[in-house]
Amino acid sequence: MSKISPVLSAHWDEADSFTIDGYKRHGGYNAALKALAMEPDAVIAQIKDSGLRGRGGAGFPTGMKWSFIPQGDGKEHYLVVNADESEPGTCKDMPLLMANPHVLIEGMIIASYAIRANYAFIYIRGEVVHVVRRVQEAIAEAYKAGMLGKNIGGKGFDLELVLHIGAGAYICGEETALLDSLEGFRGQPRLRPPFPAIAGLYARPTVVNNVESIASVPAIIERGNEWFQSMGTEKSKGFTLYSLSGHVTNPGQIEAPLGITLRELLELAGGVRAGHTLKFWTPGGSSTPLFTAEHLDVPLDYEGVAAAGSMLGTKALQIFDETTCIVRAVLRWTEFYKHESCGKCTPCREGTWWLVQMIRDLEDGKGTPADLDKLIDITNNIAGRSFCALADGAASPIISSVKYFRAEYEAHLTNGGCPFDPAKSTLFATVGQA
Amino acid sequence: MSTEITSDVEMITVVIDGFDVTVPKGTLVIRAAEKLGIQIPRFCDHPLLSPAGACRQCLVDIEINGRAFPKPQASCTIPVENGMIVKTQLTSEVADKAQKGIMELLLINHPLDCPVCDKGGECPLQNQAMSNGRESTRYEGVKRTYEKPTAISSQVLLDRERCVLCARCTRFSEEIAGDPFITLNERGALQQVGIYEKDPFLSYFSGNTVQICPVGALTGASYRFRSRPFDLVSTPSACEHCASGCAMRTDVRRGKTLRRLAGEDAEVNEEWNCDKGRWAFKYISSKERVASPMVRGADGELHEASWPEALAAAAAGLKGKRAGVLVGGRSTIEDSYAYAKFARVALGTNDIDFRARLHSDEEAAFLASIATRINVSYRDLDKADHVVLIDFEPEDESPIIFLRLYKQVRKRSLTITTIAPLASRGSEKLGATVLSDLSKVSGLTEKSVILVGERAAETMGRFTAVSTLAKSSGAKLAWVPRRAGEVGALIAGAIGNLLPGGRPVGDASARVDIQSAWGVESLPTKAGKATWEILEATTDGRINAVVVGGVDPLDVSAEALGQLLDTETFVLSLEISHSAITAIADVVLPVAAVSEKSGSFINWEGRPRFFEKAIADSLTRSDTRILSALADEMGTPINLPSAKAVAKELQAIGKWDGAAASAPDVSPISLPVPDAAHATLHSWRQLLDLGTLQAGEENLAGTARPAQVVISKSRAEALGVGEGDAVTVSTARGSITAPAHIGAIDDSAVWLPRNSNGSQCIANLGAASGLVVKVAKA
Amino acid sequence: MSYSAEQSAIMDSIISRYPRKRSSIMPLLHFVQSISGYVTSEGIETIAAKLELSTAEVTAVSTFYTQYKSEPVGEYHVGICTNTLCAVMGGDAIFDAVSDHLDIANDEMTSDGKVSLERIECNAACDYAPVVMVNWEFFDNQTVQSAKDLVDGARAGNPPAPTRGPKTLRTWKENSAVLAGLSDGLAGEGPSAGGPSLLGLKLSKEGK
Repeated sequence: MSKISPVLSAHWDEADSFTIDGYKRHGGYNAALKALAMEPDAVIAQIKDSGLRGRGGAGFPTGMKWSFIPQGDGKEHYLVVNADESEPGTCKDMPLLMANPHVLIEGMIIASYAIRANYAFIYIRGEVVHVVRRVQEAIAEAYKAGMLGKNIGGKGFDLELVLHIGAGAYICGEETALLDSLEGFRGQPRLRPPFPAIAGLYARPTVVNNVESIASVPAIIERGNEWFQSMGTEKSKGFTLYSLSGHVTNPGQIEAPLGITLRELLELAGGVRAGHTLKFWTPGGSSTPLFTAEHLDVPLDYEGVAAAGSMLGTKALQIFDETTCIVRAVLRWTEFYKHESCGKCTPCREGTWWLVQMIRDLEDGKGTPADLDKLIDITNNIAGRSFCALADGAASPIISSVKYFRAEYEAHLTNGGCPFDPAKSTLFATVGQA
Repeated sequence: MSTEITSDVEMITVVIDGFDVTVPKGTLVIRAAEKLGIQIPRFCDHPLLSPAGACRQCLVDIEINGRAFPKPQASCTIPVENGMIVKTQLTSEVADKAQKGIMELLLINHPLDCPVCDKGGECPLQNQAMSNGRESTRYEGVKRTYEKPTAISSQVLLDRERCVLCARCTRFSEEIAGDPFITLNERGALQQVGIYEKDPFLSYFSGNTVQICPVGALTGASYRFRSRPFDLVSTPSACEHCASGCAMRTDVRRGKTLRRLAGEDAEVNEEWNCDKGRWAFKYISSKERVASPMVRGADGELHEASWPEALAAAAAGLKGKRAGVLVGGRSTIEDSYAYAKFARVALGTNDIDFRARLHSDEEAAFLASIATRINVSYRDLDKADHVVLIDFEPEDESPIIFLRLYKQVRKRSLTITTIAPLASRGSEKLGATVLSDLSKVSGLTEKSVILVGERAAETMGRFTAVSTLAKSSGAKLAWVPRRAGEVGALIAGAIGNLLPGGRPVGDASARVDIQSAWGVESLPTKAGKATWEILEATTDGRINAVVVGGVDPLDVSAEALGQLLDTETFVLSLEISHSAITAIADVVLPVAAVSEKSGSFINWEGRPRFFEKAIADSLTRSDTRILSALADEMGTPINLPSAKAVAKELQAIGKWDGAAASAPDVSPISLPVPDAAHATLHSWRQLLDLGTLQAGEENLAGTARPAQVVISKSRAEALGVGEGDAVTVSTARGSITAPAHIGAIDDSAVWLPRNSNGSQCIANLGAASGLVVKVAKA
Repeated sequence: MSYSAEQSAIMDSIISRYPRKRSSIMPLLHFVQSISGYVTSEGIETIAAKLELSTAEVTAVSTFYTQYKSEPVGEYHVGICTNTLCAVMGGDAIFDAVSDHLDIANDEMTSDGKVSLERIECNAACDYAPVVMVNWEFFDNQTVQSAKDLVDGARAGNPPAPTRGPKTLRTWKENSAVLAGLSDGLAGEGPSAGGPSLLGLKLSKEGK
């Protein structure tokens, strides 16, 4: 049996895949009509039973999230889709929305109906104008086709969908920061409790889901739980998008059942680039602790990756070969976290400021091996101490890289600087040498 | 909401560092720990602000029913729960390391300028770095630097290098003051407090941010580099500026007041005050202070005199005269009582009035009717279902009432109605419904509160209508005068129709009470004249001597000074600083300012606000002591050597328990309707203006709201005037020209600040309200 | 305020998208940039007035997000990804080369106002690394030479088309209008997906 299971990406190779016509050609919006004929609670129950878990990183069961919304409370409910995809390495939602925005809209109709929301938002990052255009146009098409607005599909359900466009802030991928941003504030995380399910957008019950999670819903409704559960592993059901990037022969998106391994994915993608070997990789973006070649056979599902000491995250598999300097890689990520720290809490704001300077010194070969211990101690004073998980993410590459590559850090100190030639890592180097 | 612990509040017991503590449900862990005397270090936490969880300094280990949180939690954000076990830095190594780690991070970018920082010595960062920090830093990197300091207003300076981004100041501005003019800007390590470049931090409450700043990032321009906290002697005090009644702290170094801070009083000002109360104290050390007694000589000039000489001259000037007494609105109750007794005993008259402002006979009758029933409190505002403001602008005229109302508006959308000619900024912040007509107020219950201001005296029939409304609705009624001394002066009997304790002058048994208390055989029986009548009577000799204690004649009328100047009236002035009155007085006696004496004010609630002498070695005498000495000199002793003696007498006299005077019954009069070129003048005094006690404090004055002429949209259109264009308001007496503000004001009305720079209604126009004035494009 | 009646009406329509008007602050800031190229004081004051916020509150928001510029940027704003993966794959070399080539540093603009340069963070196109964004349009799999050609074309008023985007590269202001939620009718241009996006689908069709 094929290891690949294109569902969301099944028709991306069609020239009009992003249009409503292209979407409907393959049964698009049938799932929504089907769901609208069901009881909302039955929709929640089906998604709960399907085993679908959040595809944005945390892996929280989607149906359970929906069931937390208090019903009959007389308040407005909101669905907010997190399309702020900004985690380094993560590049699945943007191609999905560029090639097939309607599947998200359809999923949102179903989810909104289930949680009794008549107003839904897509919070999309602002640095992707063409993706914005596609989603914007798809929303307009859906309104025109009667799949948004009043009395959707003649089934008596109303839904207004607003596309909200961000403006450059990684932290807005954190759901409460996203809500503050959507309300027109600085995107800084909120205290929890109250959780969004109780007091989210405008202090009303709100579900915040990742693009891919919601986009997976129509297929589950349409094809049933048995089909969905035929893929994946015991606790990680279904299919998902794995994103391979970096030093791999054919980078790109591969939609496969959960639990596939990097060894299998690399095989499909033609392996690490010719003439090179795998050095380290991220299983789910830069915030997930690094893996090395010894983790090639770790099943890439929620439990498998966690058991090996990392997190499935966004399944952003960034592949780095032996030409890559670990210190340089970690420094760049640390600079990223410093740049994206919202500034609210001390450990993240001050800590990332300090970490960057320490790692920069290490890269320059300044310091002693004792400074590595200091780096770890400071990192541990930041991880688990901050307001939200951003600083934990910042700590991940540092802690894991020192664990696996301490000698390489020390080599910078003995060498008086970086022993690597950055030119050898570039794409053009590959092109030139191949 | 009341924080009282009542029986229906669920109590929760938690274990902190091995000790049980029982607290009401909802209490935060950090505060439950305080109850045990366990101090968890903190910066962003403030009991009156919403929890932020931002600084992370208060991390502790928590487990609930055997389930431990995987990482330390911010104790300022977590409410107690049953089965909770908390381990602070005292018993948890994890918590201790977490706190030390945070402290180290807070200090990496903090400048080591403690030796020159105003906060040094009273700095939570400095103190907690010692108690909960590492011995030394491991930071060898580059510190973040900013220009230091930047002025975010004329009175508040911001040193961003010192800031720990706790967001206390920004939360205060938004949540407490409703003035979100300072915000956290930028992001990450560059996040910083700031203003919009063109709009400075013009909040009446900005000084509180300086006080709650846990580092030296926000400093007051006037106190900067002036002193070290350990060189200051602090005395609890009360604010002399308005009737809100703030508890204060006065800090003095070697006889000079260097700063004043908001004191803590949960019932009154919580922990806040306004910028006037905080910063307007330079008048005490003004060069204009009257340094010694002065007597006008044959040459027509004032000459310094000894106390015996001056008292003799004063006594001679008053003896056998038909005298009146004018008492300023910031007199303590003790001093007001001394004036009241002095008038009756030494001068034999009821011609005394504390109303150094626009006033009316209807008002006097109203005051007599409520003098023994001053019993509404801040708590009643907390619980009110509806608050009606009548001729009263809390933000300008009693700022702590404003804060209290704003708190309830934010918390539970308290309904507020204001009877005013326009929606002021304060009214807008309160979301108040603005009505021009009192008769349109409806829906009041016994839980409602009516707050009527002193400006009700400027509308005929208003106090009558207010009394009727309160009676018919059952709503609570309180009078909120603008100045700190007026409620006390009313109770002390410094008004023509009342003796101390609210006793009607015309009531024989009331007089007997006082006669026996004072040991005098008789008291004048005829109700005394009001301020305006006393002044008028000086022009025809019905009154030929006046005792003036801290009155600016321009607060009363444009003619007042002239009335005194043009006659042979003997003028005795008891004053802090040289003024228009001292310039014409025959004898001038210097009196103590608030910080130089002890005493008390009675705030609008009727709550005594005691204060001690803050400048311990001041030799300046209180009005009470001087009046007592003068009465001795006149041979009609009043036996009041000190504020304590007054307090004792007032206590003994007590409140009148006879029938209160009936409410006034005055019909409104219809005012002339102005034509299109004219408008009816409205005004009130803004909090920060040209008030005498604000003299000498330029930094404070820099944050005063600039004068504006408020006109309606249709008038603006008719005049061809846009926002900010100059408009002239004029009368036969003179004119005021100021930028227009097009606001929600009646088409027939115009509004000006009453006594601001560029707009002094009484001096410039000859009136402050009700007059028909000409309005034209300048 | 000197926004035209038409511009003011657009702002009002943006505000009306949301159940609560404060939510419109971000699209309004994008709209301000579509008119002025950056967040002007006029923009801040107008937004504050329309949303009944203080100017400080609007400033707090506008300075939080990196896409809002406090100073003018070029007609073509070139963002070169130098986050780890793109940097390693060549983004660093591209940035240095372009910076040298234009003689401007990070966050600077060429004197003709045509091109500005910014180091950007991960732009969700890692499988196309190294990535350059111009006016937030994708320019995939860049090399030092292709990036130099790109900025040269931009300066000459003749930039190449984005890899996955409209047929013609739009200006910074034009694209800011799209980010304010105003359609430019170009959604139909460009491919459904680039090659790497189709990797799995292609393999599946090959029976893998």
